[in-house]
Amino acid sequence: MYSKTKHRLIKDKAILWGICILATLTAVPLFAILGEVFINGYVQLSWSFFTEPTPTAYKTMQAIENGERIPGGIANGIIGTILILNMAMIVAIPIGILCGIFLSENSKNRFAKIISYLTDLLQGTPSVIVGIVTYIWIVVPMKGYSAIAGSIALFIMMLPLIIRSTEETLKILPTSLKEAGLALGGNRVRVMLKVQLPAAFGGVFTGILLAISRVIGETAPLMFTALGCSFIRWSINKPISAVPLLIWEFFNDPYLQDMIWGASLFLLLFVLTLNVLSKYLKRKWNQ
Amino acid sequence: MESITPILEFKKTCVSYTKQTMAVKYVSAAIEKNTITAIMGPSGCGKSTLLRAVNLMHNLYPNIRVDGEILLNGENIFSMAPIDVRARVGMVFQRPTPFPTMSIYDNVLSGFSLNGIRLSKSEKDLIVERCLKNVALWDEVKDVLNKKGTFLSGGQQQRLCIARALAMKPDVLLMDEPTSALDPIATKHIEELLLELQKEVTILIVTHNMGQAMRISSHSMFMYLGELIEYGDTKNLFSTPRDERTKAYLTGKIG
Repeated sequence: MYSKTKHRLIKDKAILWGICILATLTAVPLFAILGEVFINGYVQLSWSFFTEPTPTAYKTMQAIENGERIPGGIANGIIGTILILNMAMIVAIPIGILCGIFLSENSKNRFAKIISYLTDLLQGTPSVIVGIVTYIWIVVPMKGYSAIAGSIALFIMMLPLIIRSTEETLKILPTSLKEAGLALGGNRVRVMLKVQLPAAFGGVFTGILLAISRVIGETAPLMFTALGCSFIRWSINKPISAVPLLIWEFFNDPYLQDMIWGASLFLLLFVLTLNVLSKYLKRKWNQ
Repeated sequence: MESITPILEFKKTCVSYTKQTMAVKYVSAAIEKNTITAIMGPSGCGKSTLLRAVNLMHNLYPNIRVDGEILLNGENIFSMAPIDVRARVGMVFQRPTPFPTMSIYDNVLSGFSLNGIRLSKSEKDLIVERCLKNVALWDEVKDVLNKKGTFLSGGQQQRLCIARALAMKPDVLLMDEPTSALDPIATKHIEELLLELQKEVTILIVTHNMGQAMRISSHSMFMYLGELIEYGDTKNLFSTPRDERTKAYLTGKIG
């Protein structure tokens, strides 16, 4: 009897250890990526890396000849990313939230079901296809690459994420909350704006943050739309750079290899911060 | 004997969730002003369903069919605008439902903001104080009015919800098992409060607690399988039930 129990205890422990080891393995890729990017990237980081645009070929050659650190930075990419992302957000957030409200309020409606299904399909569309379609729709008629085209591509990618998170958050709110609001004589719009949406704010906001962190690293759709630009530019109807585009450009330029890592580190830290922030907000909101 | 128009009157009210079965079957009853009427019955007998018909909560769910009439001060509510009906018929739910993002102060005033009624600061202060005093919550919360409503205990939250409903000065207050989620002491507070409130408002309360019905109500309804079996003076209904089923329920044989 005793030995049998012991045997089972040992088996229990062995399985527990096995699970722990496998679980740890899943964290390995993340830490490997973080480590690699950090070790290679942090030497690049300096104030000028964020304030200066990509170095010109001439400056790069000069620096290499003199054995200096390659000058310049990713300011053009950061500004481009901010510009593209802001334009995409301005349109995607209101439309996404409204659509999410519609879907959560009419979950039994046939039309809403179709929209909901299409949203899922849109979410699963490969980003490169979103890019090429935006190219046909926007870049070709406008006769040129532009920040607007880039932001439209990112808008399409953000939309399903915001719709879904808004819908899901509103759906998990207790029905009693909505009923209590309506029982006081409020109409549906006011109950939504003053009771349901504020209660869902944490979840909706988290969804927006996740949507941003999801599209900020998108490279493929921007290749077809924003194209890239080696100097700081503020106009929205001209080609513009973005941080992920710069990483790709640095990769293709044999003299700018070092800068890949600085730009990658910046992008990675930005996305991680957004993710941690959204997790934190979600937890805070759930309390 | 002179006839007074009852404040609320059910006339062959029916509610059905599906086409085949009716949850509430041809209920007819007249509720007098400033009374507390308890609706009793075993689970699933349709008491909450009947209650929710009074402030048109069923309108939110397109599958639910409501037939017959419910007269509020002689006017059929089914031909009135839902928001008008709901402004005159307050409701308190089984679980306290303070609006989580609003402060205690704003919760009391939420009926006004949800109806788009603007009030001056002094009016607001007056209403908040009056309503919270009405539900005997003022002394407990007067220093924390800016805290969230969810900061309060369950019993306090429920009183806040009653205050919120009273702020709109409704004619009728519907209560759907308002104390079932509360401890005995909080329940006692609410019951005392209801006895006090009946001077101002007519109360219709669903309860599965016979003791509660006996303690607070002047009239009682007994429902069984969707039908209104017996309705009358609470004392008479408890002491000399006319129907066998009422007797069986009161003696614990059904339910």
